[in-house]
Amino acid sequence: MPVMEYIDAIRLAMKEEMELDENVFVLGEDVGLKGGVFTTTKGLQEQFGEQRVLDTPLAESAIAGVAIGAAMYGMKPIAEMQYSDFMLPATNQIISEAAKIRYRSNNDWSCPLVVRAPIGGGIFGGLYHSQCPESIFFGTPGIKIIAPYSAYDAKGLLKAAVRDPDPVLFFENKKCYKLIKEDVPLDDYIVPIGKANVIREGSDITVIGYSLPLHFAMQAAEELATEQGISAHILDLRTLQPLDREAIIDAARKTGKVLIIHEDNKTGGVGAEVSAIISEECLFELDAPIKRLCGPDVPAMPISPPMEKFFMLSKDKVKEAMLELALY
Amino acid sequence: MNAKSHVKTETRHEQLGLSNAEVIDMYRYMLLARKYDERSLLLQRAGKINFHVSGIGQEAAQVGAAFALDRERDYFLPYYRDYGFVLAAGMSLRELMLSVFAKAEDPNSGGRQMPGHFGSKRLRIVTGSSPVTTQVPHAVGIALAAKMQKKDIVSFVTFGEGSSNQGDFHEGCNFAGVQKLPVIIMCENNQYAISVPIQKQLAGKVSDRALGYGFPGVRVDGNDALEVYRVVKEARERAVRGEGPTLIEAMMYRLSPHSTSDNDLAYRTKEEVDENWKKDGLPKMKQYLIDCGIWSEEQDAALSTEIAQQLKEAIDSADKAPFPLPEDTLLHVYADNEGDVR
Repeated sequence: MPVMEYIDAIRLAMKEEMELDENVFVLGEDVGLKGGVFTTTKGLQEQFGEQRVLDTPLAESAIAGVAIGAAMYGMKPIAEMQYSDFMLPATNQIISEAAKIRYRSNNDWSCPLVVRAPIGGGIFGGLYHSQCPESIFFGTPGIKIIAPYSAYDAKGLLKAAVRDPDPVLFFENKKCYKLIKEDVPLDDYIVPIGKANVIREGSDITVIGYSLPLHFAMQAAEELATEQGISAHILDLRTLQPLDREAIIDAARKTGKVLIIHEDNKTGGVGAEVSAIISEECLFELDAPIKRLCGPDVPAMPISPPMEKFFMLSKDKVKEAMLELALY
Repeated sequence: MNAKSHVKTETRHEQLGLSNAEVIDMYRYMLLARKYDERSLLLQRAGKINFHVSGIGQEAAQVGAAFALDRERDYFLPYYRDYGFVLAAGMSLRELMLSVFAKAEDPNSGGRQMPGHFGSKRLRIVTGSSPVTTQVPHAVGIALAAKMQKKDIVSFVTFGEGSSNQGDFHEGCNFAGVQKLPVIIMCENNQYAISVPIQKQLAGKVSDRALGYGFPGVRVDGNDALEVYRVVKEARERAVRGEGPTLIEAMMYRLSPHSTSDNDLAYRTKEEVDENWKKDGLPKMKQYLIDCGIWSEEQDAALSTEIAQQLKEAIDSADKAPFPLPEDTLLHVYADNEGDVR
């Protein structure tokens, strides 16, 4: 089983799905000859040709809208948004169209579309190359939302997204691209959409999150175990919509102390819904108030290094929050 | 329309390759759409239905275009006034009435969407929404898919001139032009975006914009069904030859208010509306058929009676048809959704 980077796993998922199904194609800005600004689609045009790895005009609503049309015809498009920050011109196509096509046609038409978009900061991208826009789309029934943390999941979930009969937003974390390296099987596996994953078993506190911040939580958990004997239970949501309610409730019950972490800003974020689910289902089994550690409620992440560092979560920040909860 | 000059040699429709039966059929769909529209307005005013949005004054262009397409294979993305188009594409009066009454059997949406939001996979009428012009990129995507699969079909999309100012129009046209896709993009310029007249919407011609996208743009008299037929047919031939998209701007006038919720005399004069009724394409088409010697007042009266009967049956049937179950609200969010939404 080869060790590969998160970005390689995403590329491999596309390559495998394109080999398996000739209706799968990739479109977006710079995805072709250049292979994407992050090299996510590198080599794909060489293998599959210009038509199946299509360089588009710089117009995100057309990228989404054209992909939606092709999907309704029976193709399986993977539309790349260069940065999730630039996805907002396509929001009308995603929310008013893709999300509602099956519902509004009473199941006559469908839209098997994948929209891939890199999220997250920590790359000195400033306000418009760093955002986490999950909460803009979260709570829109009709679309599924995935945000993998591991390379294994990135491959398996993207393959599942391509095969899914409904529109899926695939939020890949650009800081994870090169940071996360692990064993990724070369065989044809999928990771089911809608299933969260316990990535660390523990008994003192529960951490629930998704994407990059889980990396910090895993490091912090190791240190807390060694230094303080604190045992952390960590749940990776993996799919943000639909949320795996059972897994969330089980994880909360496991320790009775819950910390929710994400880089998207706190107010109205996915964590608010996770917190509400726990409150609805098992409030009286908790031993501490639910705690959230998220990006601050400012419009977006500044580029200046100390400001970026202030905005981002880190191992130390997550560790501090975990310790505080453990000591409650 | 002037048939007489050609009567002795070849009529206009014959020159376009249309038989007498076909051109009469065109007229029949135009009249059917008009009568459907008028009746829906009455149903709304009588309190039988909640809403109607009219296409009166636009039937000639809609039906002319439909007849120029391959109605067995092409894909259609009509907008909310296109009753003439969808009828000619094969939707029945009963199906339209089921939508108007928001009944479970409505093939467009199962009673979920407002009337005029067409959709039928069987007829390759692609489901549409209310935010305008989102369907232009969809049509381009369908044309892209058809090209990828080497199918000799086209997609045909319509919208109003108000919508032609949306970003999706420009983004869709540009994409189609770059990829030389088999898509026909037809603006039904009825000169009003609800209350805003054309001079406050457009500083130039919609058709001229095609130059900037690298494909032909044609302005055509939308009250002349045969002329629209000719232009759309040429566009289709170009498309299947691999020569790319065509932008068509069909000029017409919205003779009705925007919808049953609109009082149009608050922003335009009766004189202006009356003046435009004189240009109505429907009586022109009838006169053309009579001038060709293939239609008569008697036949016309018989057709009107027949349509009135069809409408009555469609309304009775749709009125009696069951509503969706309240809990059906929860169905079809996702493919695997059996109503288990929380």
